[in-house]
Amino acid sequence: MSEYAIRVENLGKRYTIGAQTERYKTLRDSLTNLTRLPAEILRRGMGGRKEEIWALKDVSFEIKKGAVLGVVGRNGAGKSTLLKILSRVTEPTEGFAEIHGRVGSLLEVGTGFHPELTGRENIALNGAILGMKKREIERKYDEIVEFSGVEKFIDTPVKRYSSGMYLRLAFAVAAHMEPEILVVDEVLAVGDAEFQRKCLGKMSDVAQEGRTVLFVSHNMSAILRLTEETIVLEKGRVAYRAPSAEAVDYYLTSGFAQTGERSWLADEVPAETAPFRPLALRVRNPQGTIADTIRSIEPFTIEMEYQLDAPITGLRVGLYMLSTHGDHIFSSFDTDNADEYNQYIMRPAGRYVSRCSIPADLLNDGRYILGVNASTFRVRRYFQDEYALSFIVDSTGAPGMQWAEPRPGPIRPRLSWNIKEIG
Amino acid sequence: MTETSVTKQEPVEQVVVLKPSKGWIALNLKDLWLYRELIYFLTWRDVIVRYKQTVLGAAWAIIQPVINMLVLSFIFGNLGRLSTEGFPRPIFTFAALLPWGLFSKALSDTGRSMLSNRNMITKVYFPRMIIPLSSILGGLVDFSIQFLVLIGMMIYYKFMPTSAVWTLPLFLLLALATALGVGLWLSALNVLYRDINYILPFLTQFWLLLTPVGYSVSEISPQWQNVYALNPMVGVVQGFRWALLGTAAPSWISLGISVVISLGLLVSGMFYFRRMERTFADMV
Repeated sequence: MSEYAIRVENLGKRYTIGAQTERYKTLRDSLTNLTRLPAEILRRGMGGRKEEIWALKDVSFEIKKGAVLGVVGRNGAGKSTLLKILSRVTEPTEGFAEIHGRVGSLLEVGTGFHPELTGRENIALNGAILGMKKREIERKYDEIVEFSGVEKFIDTPVKRYSSGMYLRLAFAVAAHMEPEILVVDEVLAVGDAEFQRKCLGKMSDVAQEGRTVLFVSHNMSAILRLTEETIVLEKGRVAYRAPSAEAVDYYLTSGFAQTGERSWLADEVPAETAPFRPLALRVRNPQGTIADTIRSIEPFTIEMEYQLDAPITGLRVGLYMLSTHGDHIFSSFDTDNADEYNQYIMRPAGRYVSRCSIPADLLNDGRYILGVNASTFRVRRYFQDEYALSFIVDSTGAPGMQWAEPRPGPIRPRLSWNIKEIG
Repeated sequence: MTETSVTKQEPVEQVVVLKPSKGWIALNLKDLWLYRELIYFLTWRDVIVRYKQTVLGAAWAIIQPVINMLVLSFIFGNLGRLSTEGFPRPIFTFAALLPWGLFSKALSDTGRSMLSNRNMITKVYFPRMIIPLSSILGGLVDFSIQFLVLIGMMIYYKFMPTSAVWTLPLFLLLALATALGVGLWLSALNVLYRDINYILPFLTQFWLLLTPVGYSVSEISPQWQNVYALNPMVGVVQGFRWALLGTAAPSWISLGISVVISLGLLVSGMFYFRRMERTFADMV
C-alpha cells in the first residue's frame, strides 16, 4: 500500500477563452464554420484568434497519508482548478494525478440542495451526492441534525430557511463525510463567525483522525491553525512549499515592496482605473524619510500619491491594514472626516497626495500589510490592491517592554492606569 | 477520463489515476454500479419535486395522457378517420400513449437535465450518465400510474389481457432503451449546442406523428412499412398494444429493425456521452 495519498506529476489544465466560447456553440455556427474552414486554415496560419490560458502548469507534489496540506494563492492562481481536477470534476490537459483512497470533496456547501425539499429530505439527497451510502446516512442522521441545530425545522422546505440555517445544515451533512482524503475549497469564506468557528473545529477533528486533508483558503489564520504544510500557487505553478508558518509568510510578503515604498508603473495598472492613476504608496517615519520599519512609540505617516486625469466626484482614497495572518485591522478613507468630505466632494484633475498619520503607541510589533482602495461609494471602484506594501513595527520602548514577553494582538495602546489603595 | 485498478495487497486499496483522455473512452459501467444509490436518490428527488406544491399532485400524471388521448382521437378519428383495427379508439390510443409518454418525457427532460443539474456537475464527481438515466426512470413512476388507469379502461371495455402479455416487460424495456439512447444523445449535445432546447418541441411533435399512437400501422402502405419501422418506437408501440389488447402483431422484420436501431442508439449514445463527458464541467 502506498504511503502517499495523492501524487501529482506535471499536472496542467488549459482553458480556451475568447471568441470561441463567448457564446454557446450553435449548430448553425458549426455548420457555417464548416464552409469557412478553408479560409480559416489560411488565416490560422497567421496566428490564431483563440486565446488559451493555462490555469495550471507543471504542478507536481505528493501528499503523504494523514497529512494536512494547505493551498494558498491569489485569485486566479489555480487553486480551485487544482481541486476540481483532484475531485474528478474536470480533466487535466496534461500530466496525471494518482489518488489512493476515497476522495470526498467539499467545493461548495449544499451541493444538490433543492429548495422544495425539506431539511430531512435534503440531508438524504446531499449525503448521497457527497458519496455516502443510504445506510451510512441513516446511521448518522441524528448526529447530523444535532450538529446543524435546525432540529425544529427539519421538516420544513429548505427554501424557508434563513441563509444561516441553510449553511449550518449543509455543512452538517458535509462534516459527516468520512472519506480517506478530504478536499476542501474555501467553505469557510461564507457564514458568520460562529459558523466559521464550528467549521474550523470540525475540520481540525477530521485532521486529528488521521485523514488526509487538502485545504484551500484565503483565511491565513485558518491555514495556520489547521495545516502542517502549505503550498503556494502562483499563476498556475507551485511557487513554494514549506511548513505553514513559512509558507504563509512567503505568500503575504512575496510581491510586496519591502522598502517602504510601492510604486505603480503605467502598464502595471489595468486600464479600467482611469481616470484614477495610482502612483505610489509610502510609509514615512517622523523624520520624513521613507522607511520600512518604524517604531511603535512614534507616530508615522502613510501617504498615497495619485493622479486624476479627469475630475471625479465623490472619490475616496483609503487604506486597509492587515496583519500577516490576513486579519483586517482597520480601513480608513481620506474623506472619512467631515472637513475633508465637504471640501473634496469633487476633485479636479491633477496630481494628489493623500496622507494620514498613525498615532504613536497604536500598533503592536510585527509585520503589517497595507492595501489601498480608490472608489466612489457604491458606484464604482477605481483601483484596489489588497496587498500593496508591508512594513515592520518595532516596539522597543513601548509600555510593558520591561518584561520580555510577546503581547498578542495587533494593537498595543498606551493606556493610562490608575492604582489606588482602597483599604 | 479515469482508469481504476486495484492493488493486490491487504487491505485492498482503491487507486484512481486521473489523466487526460482522448477520443472514445471506456463506458466505465463499474462506476455506474458503485453509484447506483445515487440513481435512486436523484430519481426520487425529481419525482417528489415535480409533485410538491401542486394541488393535483400525482393526478397530473393521468391528466396529461388523457388529454393527449382526447386530442389524438379527435384528430386521427373524427378528422382523419384513420383505422384503429376495429378496437375502441380511446383504449387503442391510450394503450399506445403509455410507452410513448415514457419516450416523449425522456425527450424533453433529458435535454434539460444536464443544464438544470449544472451545480452538481461542476462541484462533485459521479458518473454523469446518472443524470439522464434518473430523468428517464422518473418517467416510470408516471407510467405506473397510467398503467393503473389503463387497467381500469380495460375493465370498462371488457378486455382481457392476451396470452402474450408476458412480453409486456420486454417491450417496456425496449421503450426504455430507446428513450435512454435518444436521451443520452440529446443531453450530451445540449451541453454543447443550446439549440437542442429549441429543436425539442418540434422533434417531439414530429416523432409523435411518425409513431402509430393515434392510428394503426396498417395505415402505412406496405412498401413503406420497413422504412417506417426505422422509427424504433413503431415496434415498441405496436408490440405493447398487441401484448395488452391483441391488436395486430408487429412483423418480425419491423420488430427486428426496431430492436437493432434501439440498441444502436443506446450503445452509440453511451459512447458519445462518455466521450463528451470530459467537457461537461467546463462547458455546462
